[in-house]
Amino acid sequence: MFIYYLRLAVKSIKRNPVLSGLMVAAIALGIGSSMTTITVNYLMSANPIPEKSHALYYVQVDSWDPHNAFNEDDIPNQLTWTEATNLMAANRALRQAAMSRTGGIMEPDNKDVKPFEVSARLTFRDFFAMFEVPFLYGNPWSARADEKREQVVVLTKRINEQVFGGVNSVGESIRLFGRQFRVVGVLDDWQPMPKFYDVNNGAFEESEEVFIPFMLKEELALPSWGNTNCWKAPEGDGFEAQLRSECIGFQMWVELPTLEDKAAYLDFLHSYVSEQKTLGRFPRPMQNRLSDVMTWMEDQEVVADDAQIMLWLSLMFLFVCLLNTIGLLLAKFSGKASEIGLRRAVGASKGDVFLQHLVETALIGLVGGLLGLSLALVGLEGIKSLYGEYIQALAVLDLTMVLVGLVLALVSSVAAGLYPTWRACNIAPASQLKSQ
Amino acid sequence: MLQMTDVKKVFRTDLIETHALRDFSLQVDEGDFVAVTGPSGSGKTTFLNIAGLLETFSDGTYELDGVNVSQLNDKQRSRMRNEKIGFIFQGFNLIPDLDLFDNVDVPLRYRGFNAKERRKRIEQSLDLVGLANRMKHLPAQLSGGQQQRVAIARALAGEPRFLLADEPTGNLDSTMAASVMALLQDINARGTTIVMVTHDQVLANQAKRNIFVRDGQVSELSTGAAFPNAAIA
Repeated sequence: MFIYYLRLAVKSIKRNPVLSGLMVAAIALGIGSSMTTITVNYLMSANPIPEKSHALYYVQVDSWDPHNAFNEDDIPNQLTWTEATNLMAANRALRQAAMSRTGGIMEPDNKDVKPFEVSARLTFRDFFAMFEVPFLYGNPWSARADEKREQVVVLTKRINEQVFGGVNSVGESIRLFGRQFRVVGVLDDWQPMPKFYDVNNGAFEESEEVFIPFMLKEELALPSWGNTNCWKAPEGDGFEAQLRSECIGFQMWVELPTLEDKAAYLDFLHSYVSEQKTLGRFPRPMQNRLSDVMTWMEDQEVVADDAQIMLWLSLMFLFVCLLNTIGLLLAKFSGKASEIGLRRAVGASKGDVFLQHLVETALIGLVGGLLGLSLALVGLEGIKSLYGEYIQALAVLDLTMVLVGLVLALVSSVAAGLYPTWRACNIAPASQLKSQ
Repeated sequence: MLQMTDVKKVFRTDLIETHALRDFSLQVDEGDFVAVTGPSGSGKTTFLNIAGLLETFSDGTYELDGVNVSQLNDKQRSRMRNEKIGFIFQGFNLIPDLDLFDNVDVPLRYRGFNAKERRKRIEQSLDLVGLANRMKHLPAQLSGGQQQRVAIARALAGEPRFLLADEPTGNLDSTMAASVMALLQDINARGTTIVMVTHDQVLANQAKRNIFVRDGQVSELSTGAAFPNAAIA
């Protein structure tokens, strides 16, 4: 019977093309607007590393001003250089990586490629294994390179193509920050979205273009390209004083596979902070925290408030569109009263009539959904042009979102069709048959 | 076949009560051809709707083929309509965007027949009414008489034992009316019980029995007619 109902639905839609078109348009507009905002919210709140997000923890300790909390009673969202290096030296996690953002000029040996500016992530070798970063060529640098502050670099695929034409450049040297670096690895395509490992510096920005050992920050006096916050002025002038100040500008992630590991690491943090307190630091009450990936993104409100407001507004718009659809369906089905009366007379039960019209409603919803997805693509392009480059990666309609759009269209149109369909199946056949 | 005893039908609004049928009693036997006549508003169509399970009644009993229909739910009533009753309406009630094949197919779809069985029955029914060669035509491409023939084919496709006709010739000229009446007589001769509501006394006289309805009650005029005018077909 489903195929029969589908055939009848197609005929019914063709019979009233204007009315059917209006319904499809109403659903399409509602689905288009809601899918645009749902897609942005979905990508903003997606788990960027689902297979191990529960085992990766962002490290926080409260080294802030004794008189004022960092942010509305919350603890600082980054670490000082001192904590970053001390916690790394303690080596208490399965994997661990302190990190920060820097940048500078890259000067390729190939004179055909002009020097250009690159963003760089200062980090430790565990970064790559911890975040499952894929390599196209080579490997992460060695632990010795971290320790000895070797001038080695991992390039992204794009930079490797730009500088070395995409060939295996492992072992090649390249001039960066005015120094000679040796290429040890080239990444394959990798762009976690959101960029969870450093949401402080743009959760939706592209990953850095090159990766270098963390301690080169001190060795080469590399500038900070990320957010830095201070609650008291550095004790002295110059790079070294700034680095060793109470200013926060470093992130740290640890991999702790079990809850016991997490508890042990928290114990370690408590011990560390207690020790620092004896040295006159950490004046605030002790508050240490380990947040897994999703908790951290939620805590940092990666999904922007205005995106959520837009989502609710668009869902309300969908609701208004569905109200219109209800009115149009009532008009359409009341126009079919004599046919419904006839079908009831020759043996269709109320259930048969209900199903027939529900299939018709669902078909209208499906067509509206497909058109709505096309409108969503237009909407996402609009968002790209409105908000600029940083939201490029968020304005993509993937297969999941296409399916969500179609299911949303089906469910909402069927929901909108329930009342008109119920009315249709309750039409008294006798009153319709005589009046035709 | 059909047994109504003291059936009452009252239509109520906030202001008035209308007694469409009052103690309406009637028995129609297997193979009967009953013509129901009466003035407008006498309750003919209400009787037909109740007989066809399209409307409920307020009081009394109605047994169709030995089944007390007041006990049936919507699904059971629908099934009974589909299997045992065929309808013919004054306005033909064909679905305009379905071709003749699909129009005749409508009741068969709800019967659950497979495609092969449906096709066989549709072809047989349309052949019986002389329209087998126009299966792919739309109703609008046919004359009124032909449209009524399609409606008869639709009513017969499910091989019902009971045919209810409400002014089947009301929208037709006399020639077409005679043709349709002859077809109904032929169908009755094959064993199908027919109850026909009509205003046309000439046509009514061609039925086996005449029932006159006035003020929602029955008065039987005659019995035993044997199609004296069958020759007009």
